[in-house]
Amino acid sequence: MRVAAQTTQKLAFGLIWGAGGIAVAVLLLLIGYVVLKGAPAIDFEFLFTPPRGGLGGEGGISSCIVSTLWIVAVTMLLLTPLGLGAAVYMAEYAPENRVVGFIRYSVELLAGVPSIVFGLFGYAVFVTVLSFRFSILSGALTLVCLLLPFLTRTAEEAMRSVPRAQREAALALGATKWQVVTRVVIPAAMPGIITGVILCIGRTVSESAPLFVTMGGSSGMPDGIMSPGRTLAVHVFYLAMETNALEKALATGAVLVVLILVTNLLTNSISKRLQAKMMGAR
Amino acid sequence: MPRESYDQHLRELQDDLLVLSSMVDKAIGRSVTALKERDLELAKQVVADDAKTDSKCLEIEERCVQLIVTQAPVAGDLRLIISTIHLLDELERIGDHAEGIAKIAIMIGDEPPLKPLIDIPRMAEKARDMLRRSLDAFVNRDAKAAMQISAEDDVVDGLYDQVYRELLMFMLEDPKTITRATRLIWVAHNLERCADRVTNICERTVYTVTGRLDKSKTSSY
Amino acid sequence: MDPKITTRNVDFFYGSVQALRGVTIDIREHYITALIGPSGCGKSTFLRSLNRMNDTIHGARLEGDVLIDGTDIYKNGVDVVELRQRVGMVFQQPNPFPKTIYENVVFGPRVLGETDRTKLDHIAETSLKAAGLWDEVKDELRKSGLALSGGQQQRLCIARALAVEPEVILMDEPCSALDPLSTLRIEELMQVLKRDYTIVIVTHNMQQAARASDWTGFFLMGELIEYGETAEIFSRPVDKRTEDYITGRFG
Repeated sequence: MRVAAQTTQKLAFGLIWGAGGIAVAVLLLLIGYVVLKGAPAIDFEFLFTPPRGGLGGEGGISSCIVSTLWIVAVTMLLLTPLGLGAAVYMAEYAPENRVVGFIRYSVELLAGVPSIVFGLFGYAVFVTVLSFRFSILSGALTLVCLLLPFLTRTAEEAMRSVPRAQREAALALGATKWQVVTRVVIPAAMPGIITGVILCIGRTVSESAPLFVTMGGSSGMPDGIMSPGRTLAVHVFYLAMETNALEKALATGAVLVVLILVTNLLTNSISKRLQAKMMGAR
Repeated sequence: MPRESYDQHLRELQDDLLVLSSMVDKAIGRSVTALKERDLELAKQVVADDAKTDSKCLEIEERCVQLIVTQAPVAGDLRLIISTIHLLDELERIGDHAEGIAKIAIMIGDEPPLKPLIDIPRMAEKARDMLRRSLDAFVNRDAKAAMQISAEDDVVDGLYDQVYRELLMFMLEDPKTITRATRLIWVAHNLERCADRVTNICERTVYTVTGRLDKSKTSSY
Repeated sequence: MDPKITTRNVDFFYGSVQALRGVTIDIREHYITALIGPSGCGKSTFLRSLNRMNDTIHGARLEGDVLIDGTDIYKNGVDVVELRQRVGMVFQQPNPFPKTIYENVVFGPRVLGETDRTKLDHIAETSLKAAGLWDEVKDELRKSGLALSGGQQQRLCIARALAVEPEVILMDEPCSALDPLSTLRIEELMQVLKRDYTIVIVTHNMQQAARASDWTGFFLMGELIEYGETAEIFSRPVDKRTEDYITGRFG
């Protein structure tokens, strides 16, 4: 009897290790292929000149890099307060009634809608009706709609997981509800909130379809929030579909990967810094 | 049932008290019989048996200490155990009084009796009766009965006065009787003290039931 | 002397379930009052009514009067925040914030508006001293509050409560999650604290109630069955139900 249990355990361990190994291998393979194949095409010119179009995919990706940075900045600037605010409301203030239940259900549904649908929505509302036209603003607003349910849910869960005892302790000391939220709940939920923010940044950088239809395809350098633009992800799509410059596509992909890695590292270190500070004041 | 073994221990404690009380009760009876019938063997037996009484007291006290340590008694339980410990003391002293009477019987030996013993045996019977009933009252938590029994101490005191006056007369009329008379007075005194101790037992019964200790009724000569 | 806290005919409801019935009690200043009773008898509910912590529970409702220093704390217009500063609470499970020891203690004063660093330092030291924790942590105020042992965490929570200078300290089974030695330390602490504060403690531990309190109230099924000096309650309780409970003969 004992032997069977031990064998099963060894088998299970083996399978789990195997699965983990495969996952890591896939990741390494993917990144490795893209970076290795794309690296040769990366040079000074590539990084600092805008694309010039054409079947050969002439030019570089400078404007794409800038567009990507723009879109991330604007999206996160709009998304974070909205998402946090909604999460605070849902977690701390919303009563447990049918209306709120309905809101929650709708949010869950929205999370499953394909991103291209959001893109079309963005096109219809921001680009056309509100006349923002193809612009970083339209793209950002579309992404906000896309990512809001996710960030709200993530932040809300992070806040809900703060133990009730902490809130009670703060209330019993004479804190108002708002003080409990800002001085106890949010600081304690910060790791979860930051994770949500990182994930949203990641998705912003990697979305192509919704931005394709809201930011336009212009390869020029954006000079303001109303400029159209082309992010790195969209550019990869362009290069792959409209040209035969595969190396350049891979190179762009490589840059994307590096960008995402850097963003993750940065936000992680900020999060650690915030944690340490949270153990300190406020 | 919560605390079943604890209740069992408390019951056993009470049963042991009754055993002790009956040992002491018999001792009184036998010592006075030994005196009346000049039975020196019986008297010596009573003296020897007092050691058994003393060790029984110690044994019961040890059990009380155990219960206090392990069960942390409160309220009624606490009063019961404290009263039990006091009762041990009173019963041990009563046993000593009976031993005292037996020793006097040995001292008197086979001297001719001064007078037929009437009141002294009566005192003994009354004291024994009071003792038995007071232990019943204690075990049954009957405060009313206890107070009644306590009042009957006056009867024993009355008998003691009688014995004392009578023997005093003897001593005044004929100084040669002084030794024998004083010995008899001493026996009566022991019996009177037995009854006093029974009143203390009754006070403890009232305390166990009500939580109040009223020492105003203690009459001591 | 007038009692610090008086309740008259307090009924408490969680929705349609009645948790307290007609509770009338006078709690005296500068004494330790213990509330005992079996699980679910309402003693914690009653305790939490004294600083209106039950307000946070949906559907909770109180009828009757709860007076602190003669003022009804459930009247319209009462500042609950101010009430909770005057009536502090220590909970069953130690619940320090995931912040430094220093920040835990000064959380209350900060929240009430104190910003002067010197004053806060002073408050931190006094409160930690009053809670008997200063000597153990004075060189490690930047350590996380969560890194302390259970007993120390609870004393930290006491220091935190003391930092807002309350008049009353409510304790909801403060020692039930602690080892016996920590428990005794906190009971000692209570004896010292009662000189300056009024303490009300809910406890499951009868020995603790007998040892540590001056007055004891016995609750059963939402009613206050008996209330009196602790020595009296534990040596000659009047009500048979009280006797049955404290001798452990509760069926």
